[in-house]
Amino acid sequence: QLSLFRFTVKRPFSTSHSSVDSKEIKKFQLLAHKWWDEEGEYAALHSMNDIRVPFIRDTLLSMSSNYDLGNPLSGIKILDVGCGGGLLSEPLGRLGASVTGIDPVEDNIRTADQHKSFDPVLAKRIQYKSSSLEEIVEQSVETFDVIVASEVVEHVADLETFIKCCSQVLKPEGSLFITTINRTQLSYVLGILVAEKIMGIVPEGTHEWEKFVPPEELERLLESNGFSVKSVKGMLYNPLSGSWSWVESTGLNYAVHAVRSGARAQSHATDSPLQTDRQQHSAGTAG
Amino acid sequence: SSAAMAALRGRALLAPLAARLRAGPRAPLCSAASAPPLYDVVVSGGGMVGSAMAAVLGHDIHFHDKKIALLEAGPRKEYDHMPDSYSNRVSSISPGSATLLSSCGAWDHICSLRLKPFRRMQVWDACSEAMIVFEKDDLDDMGYIVENDVIMSALTKQLDAVADRVEVFYRSKAVGYTWPLPSHSCDTSPWVQVELADGRRLQTKLLIGADGHNSVVRKEAEIKNIEHQYDQSAVVATLHLAEATDNNVAWQRFLPTGPIALLPLSDTASSLVWSTSHDHASELLAMDEESFVDSINSAFWSNINHSDFIDTAGAMFRSAISLLRPSGTAVRQLPPSVAKVDPESRAMFPLGMGHATEYVQHRVALIGDAAHRVHPLAGQGVNLGFGDIACLAHHLSAAAFNGNDLGSLKHLLKFETERQRHNVSLIAATDVLKRLYSTTLAPLVLLRTWGLQATNALPPVKVRI
Repeated sequence: QLSLFRFTVKRPFSTSHSSVDSKEIKKFQLLAHKWWDEEGEYAALHSMNDIRVPFIRDTLLSMSSNYDLGNPLSGIKILDVGCGGGLLSEPLGRLGASVTGIDPVEDNIRTADQHKSFDPVLAKRIQYKSSSLEEIVEQSVETFDVIVASEVVEHVADLETFIKCCSQVLKPEGSLFITTINRTQLSYVLGILVAEKIMGIVPEGTHEWEKFVPPEELERLLESNGFSVKSVKGMLYNPLSGSWSWVESTGLNYAVHAVRSGARAQSHATDSPLQTDRQQHSAGTAG
Repeated sequence: SSAAMAALRGRALLAPLAARLRAGPRAPLCSAASAPPLYDVVVSGGGMVGSAMAAVLGHDIHFHDKKIALLEAGPRKEYDHMPDSYSNRVSSISPGSATLLSSCGAWDHICSLRLKPFRRMQVWDACSEAMIVFEKDDLDDMGYIVENDVIMSALTKQLDAVADRVEVFYRSKAVGYTWPLPSHSCDTSPWVQVELADGRRLQTKLLIGADGHNSVVRKEAEIKNIEHQYDQSAVVATLHLAEATDNNVAWQRFLPTGPIALLPLSDTASSLVWSTSHDHASELLAMDEESFVDSINSAFWSNINHSDFIDTAGAMFRSAISLLRPSGTAVRQLPPSVAKVDPESRAMFPLGMGHATEYVQHRVALIGDAAHRVHPLAGQGVNLGFGDIACLAHHLSAAAFNGNDLGSLKHLLKFETERQRHNVSLIAATDVLKRLYSTTLAPLVLLRTWGLQATNALPPVKVRI
C-alpha cells in the first residue's frame, strides 16, 4: 500500500497560484505561543539550530573573502521564509546579519516581534512581516543575499512557484538554504507515525506525508529554475539525546544549499522523455 | 513532549520555576527606551577568578561585539609597582592555569613581575617517615607560586586592554537580583535584573557568580550549598630562609593538628601556609617572632610524633617495596630551615569546605569559590576556579559563534556536568585526606603510611595526581 503511494501520489490540488496552503496556516495558529519553549512542542526545531546555523554560517564564510569571526554574517541580508516564531532568524541576527522574517500566520509574527523586542541589537537587525513569499516579490526583486527556507517546503502548496519567487528576490549568485523531509517509507514510519503519533516529537498533524519532497525532485526543480545545487546533506534526529547530526542518507531529513546563477533566471528545457513526463504531471496538478 | 523527555529535562524546568514560586519581585515590564542598560554577560565579583573570567571573555574572538560588565565591591587597586616585600597571600598555580592566564595575555605580565616555579613537591607524614614526592620527569615546571596581588595586577592590566568590551564597575556591590521566568511565558523582561548598592540597575543575558564562598548570587538563586566549617584556621606568613638555596621544592608535612606547607617565593624567601586548630593558630599569631620561627622549624624537623611501632612497620613496608621495585623509593630531601619571619606578615583565616549542588540555572552560572571551597592542603583552590573559567569560556564561545542565547541552560548544563565531574572527586578526596591526616591513631596512621608509600612507588597513580 505504501509503495503504491510513492509512485502515484499527486500534490494536493490548489486553486490559487500562491504557495501558501490555508489548511497549514490553521495548524500553526494553534501553536503560535509555544515557539519559544525550548523544551516544548518545538524542542526539535530549537535543537536543529545546532546544525543548521553552523551549516549556513560556515557555507557563507567559505564563500566570502573577508572573515570577521566576531561578526561572521555582518553585512549579509537574509530572508527567512516561514520564519515562525523567529527561531532561526534570531541566531542569524546575533551573528550580524540583517534578517527579514516572513510568515503567513500573523500570530507567529506577533510572537516573533515580541520575543526580539527585549534585545535592542536584535530588534534593529531583524524585521518581521506577516506575508507570503509572493506578496513581497514585487518590492524585493534581487534584494537578498541569502534565503533560508527551513522546514517550509513541505508545507507549501506549489513548490515550483515558491522556487521561482526565491529566484526573483535573490541577488545573482545569492544562496538558498532549504531543510526539509524526504518522502519515503522510512519518513512515513519515523517522520509521521513515530514522531507525531507515538513519541510526540512533532505536534500531531504538523506534517502530511504526501507533501514531503524527495531530494531528487527538489534538485530538479531548482536546477530547472536557475539554481545550481551545491550540496545535499542528510540529517538525523536522535530523540533520546534531543540532538541532530549530519548523516550520509537523505532518507529522512535533509538540507540543500543552492546558488542562483549569475544570469537572470530562466527555465531550462530538458530533452529526456522521462523529465518531460514529470513536467506534464506536475503542471497538471499545480492548478 | 513525552513524559520521558520531560523527566530528563525536569531538572532544567523545575529549578528556575521553583525559584520563581518563592517571594521575589517580578521583573518589571519596561519599554526598550527606559530599560536599564543590557549586557551580554555580567560577572559579579572582581577577585582573581571573576577578573580572569571577564578578561578571558573580553579577549575571546567571538565576543568582539558583545558587552561584558564586571562588578567589584571594592575600589580599584593600583599596582604601578610591586613592593619589595612579598605579600602573605600566595597561590600555587598549575600549568593548566598558567595556560589560561596566557590566553588572555596575563601570564606575560606575571612573568615580568615575579613568580617562583617549582619542580618538585615533597609531602610527608609527621607520624611516620612515609613520604611521597611529585616531580616531573622532563624538566618542565610542576607549578608556580605567585602572589595574589601579582595575579590581580596582571588581570587588571588585561582588562584595561579590552575596555571597549569589558566595563569594570568598582565600588559597586550588587545588592539584589531579579530572576526572569523561563522565556516562553514572557511579557516581562526575559533578562536578569541586577540592582547595585547606589541604586543603579543593570540587565544581563547571563549572570556569572564569582563572589566567593559566601556567594550572594548563589544564595539569591536559592541554590543549596553543602558546607562544613573545619575546626581549623590557616596561618600565613612570609619567611626568610636560614641560607640561600635553589628553593624549587614545595614542602608539606602532615602534622596531627594539620598540614604545614612551605611554598618557595625566591632563593631566600618562602611563604607559609599552616593549617591548624583555631587555638593553636591564635597562639602562633600572638607569640614573638623568635618563638614563631622555632615552632615552624620544629614542625618540619621534629620526630616527636613517631612511635616505635609505626616506625618499624613503615620501615618493613619500605624494604618490601624496594625488593619488588628497586627504583620505587625516591630520595628524601631535607626542607630548608627558617631564620626570620617578615614582621606584619602573619595572618590567619578560618577554613571550610563547600560545594554547591548546582552550578547553573537559567541565565546564571557559578564559578570559583562560589561553586566550591576546598582545604588548602592540596594547593588546588584557585586552580579549580581557573579550570571552571576555561570550561565555561569554551562553551560560551561556541554558543556565541552559533548565535545562541548566552543564558540558555543547554550549554550551561554542559559546563556544570563537566566541572562537577572533575571537581567533586577532587573536593571529596581533599576532604578525606584532611580527615585521614588529622589523627594519631595507629591503625589510621599505618593505613595512610602504607598508602602513601605505595602511591609513591607506583608511577601511574602518581602521574594521575
